[in-house]
Amino acid sequence: MTFLALFRKEVVSYFVSPLFYVVTAVFLCLSGYYFYTDLIFFVTFGFGMNILENFWQLLLVDLRLVMLLSIPLLTMRLFAEEKKLGTIELLLTYPVRDGELLLAKFAACAVVCAIMLAGTLLYPIYVHILQPLPWVPLIVGYLGLFFLGLSFIACGVFVSSLTESQVVAGMATIGILLLFWILSWNEAATSPELLRVLIHLSMFDHFQNFARGVVDAQDVAYFVFFIGFFNFLTLRVLESRKWRGRR
Amino acid sequence: MISIERLSKNFGSTRAVRDVSFTVSKGEIIGLLGPNGSGKTTIMRVLTGFFPPTSGHARVAGLDVADQSLALRQKIGYLPESVVLYPDMRVRRFLQFCAEVRGINGGRKRQRVDAMIRDCGLEEVPDRLIGTLSKGYRQRVGLAQALLHQPEVLILDEPTIGLDPRQIIEIRTLIRALRGSTTVLLSTHILPEVSMTCERVVIIDRGRIVAEDTAESLTRRLQGGDRTLVQVEGPADDVCSVLKAVPGVDHIELTNGAGAATCELIAHSSAGEPVRKALAAAVVNHGWGLIEVRPLAMSLEDLFVRLVTDEEAGHESNST
Repeated sequence: MTFLALFRKEVVSYFVSPLFYVVTAVFLCLSGYYFYTDLIFFVTFGFGMNILENFWQLLLVDLRLVMLLSIPLLTMRLFAEEKKLGTIELLLTYPVRDGELLLAKFAACAVVCAIMLAGTLLYPIYVHILQPLPWVPLIVGYLGLFFLGLSFIACGVFVSSLTESQVVAGMATIGILLLFWILSWNEAATSPELLRVLIHLSMFDHFQNFARGVVDAQDVAYFVFFIGFFNFLTLRVLESRKWRGRR
Repeated sequence: MISIERLSKNFGSTRAVRDVSFTVSKGEIIGLLGPNGSGKTTIMRVLTGFFPPTSGHARVAGLDVADQSLALRQKIGYLPESVVLYPDMRVRRFLQFCAEVRGINGGRKRQRVDAMIRDCGLEEVPDRLIGTLSKGYRQRVGLAQALLHQPEVLILDEPTIGLDPRQIIEIRTLIRALRGSTTVLLSTHILPEVSMTCERVVIIDRGRIVAEDTAESLTRRLQGGDRTLVQVEGPADDVCSVLKAVPGVDHIELTNGAGAATCELIAHSSAGEPVRKALAAAVVNHGWGLIEVRPLAMSLEDLFVRLVTDEEAGHESNST
């Protein structure tokens, strides 16, 4: 019950603030533009080629960039705002476990992220009306996007728990996530051995398989570990009030 | 109900609370008095289970604040110093949220929320956004969330700070109405506040207890009237010499108006009331104009200076 009350409060606070609507609007506009240009590209140059490889995969890869820029804006307020207002003091003197509080915030943000992603389902539905398409690989691709979203949220919530400033939380989250993307880009700057390790750490290399419509246990494990790791860090930060200085 | 034993709390090298011990019995209203930064809020946060003490023990309602913090938080109501509430929530919805988080649901939730809106004087604003409320109303919402679950122990950090006089009286009445049923620990840095609401007072300074007393005896100590301010229309030198001769007056201190038509002086004495009457009579008998006779109450600052110097002197005599 405590969890449900906290979860409801978090979800409602997204829907009463203009931020959610602005972020979702920008997300859908940019996604829509990507959809339009990718589709025109496919129709002009890729006619007769495999639509999965030459259109959907490109679109999913483009969507992840838009997600990387918009999800940190949704996670930045989660703890930073409560710390700034001081409401965190109220919550932490209520009979609430740190874990319940974190889970409520994480779940609420996941719901909002799912709603945002659901808006882009309009594109395959539209294409399906023109020309039926294989849905299963696409659903796998969306599963990959959702895993990616959850990882962004876990990282964003963690950064948000470190600071009172929402802007700092948002910017730092974008920075960390971008680093996890470009980690394996530069073959020339790293030795082949190191590169092999970096590829395993890079979030977007793991996403590629999902975008191709392939579910690999290794990739799922990567995302589960990534989410679990950052949530673990957040819990330690919440706990730190017990041995650190004020707030 | 509350027992604190040799409690200390350090933040890095800052020793916010040092070796504090006191107990509060059931139904008592106790005041924690001290200047800003003396460690009041830290003691309260320890008692609410927000963070554990560095050393020592504290038990509230029989539960240890460090080991049984979750069960403990169910039994206490806490009003933080800066009334921290969600500005984009409506009053009723906020109270419902607080009830749900504490596991109060259904009919009891409705009943308790309605009762709090009535008792805390929120009838006019239940559907307003908290962010648009005045400070006084926000304070009442804060008090309502602290009382919502009928806690055994109520911890109020500066409950009347920033309120106007009428609101202060209302909050005090509300707190006094809890006497006997709820154990209340409140902090303040305003002296009259304690004498009006609390039965017992713990005075702390720089993290240590410097005095513990009942409100009555503290008030007596403060309003002992050992200094009387007299304002007279008359020649300062003559007035001084006449008033110095009044029985009970130790010495006269001229504070203002030497040589002017009106002078102001302070009469130091050991007794209170009789001196004031005699001073007035002496002035009137000499045909001077008596403008003001008033006992100078001891300010919190004076009290602290006295308590702290007393204690330091005590330490010195112990060590030699």
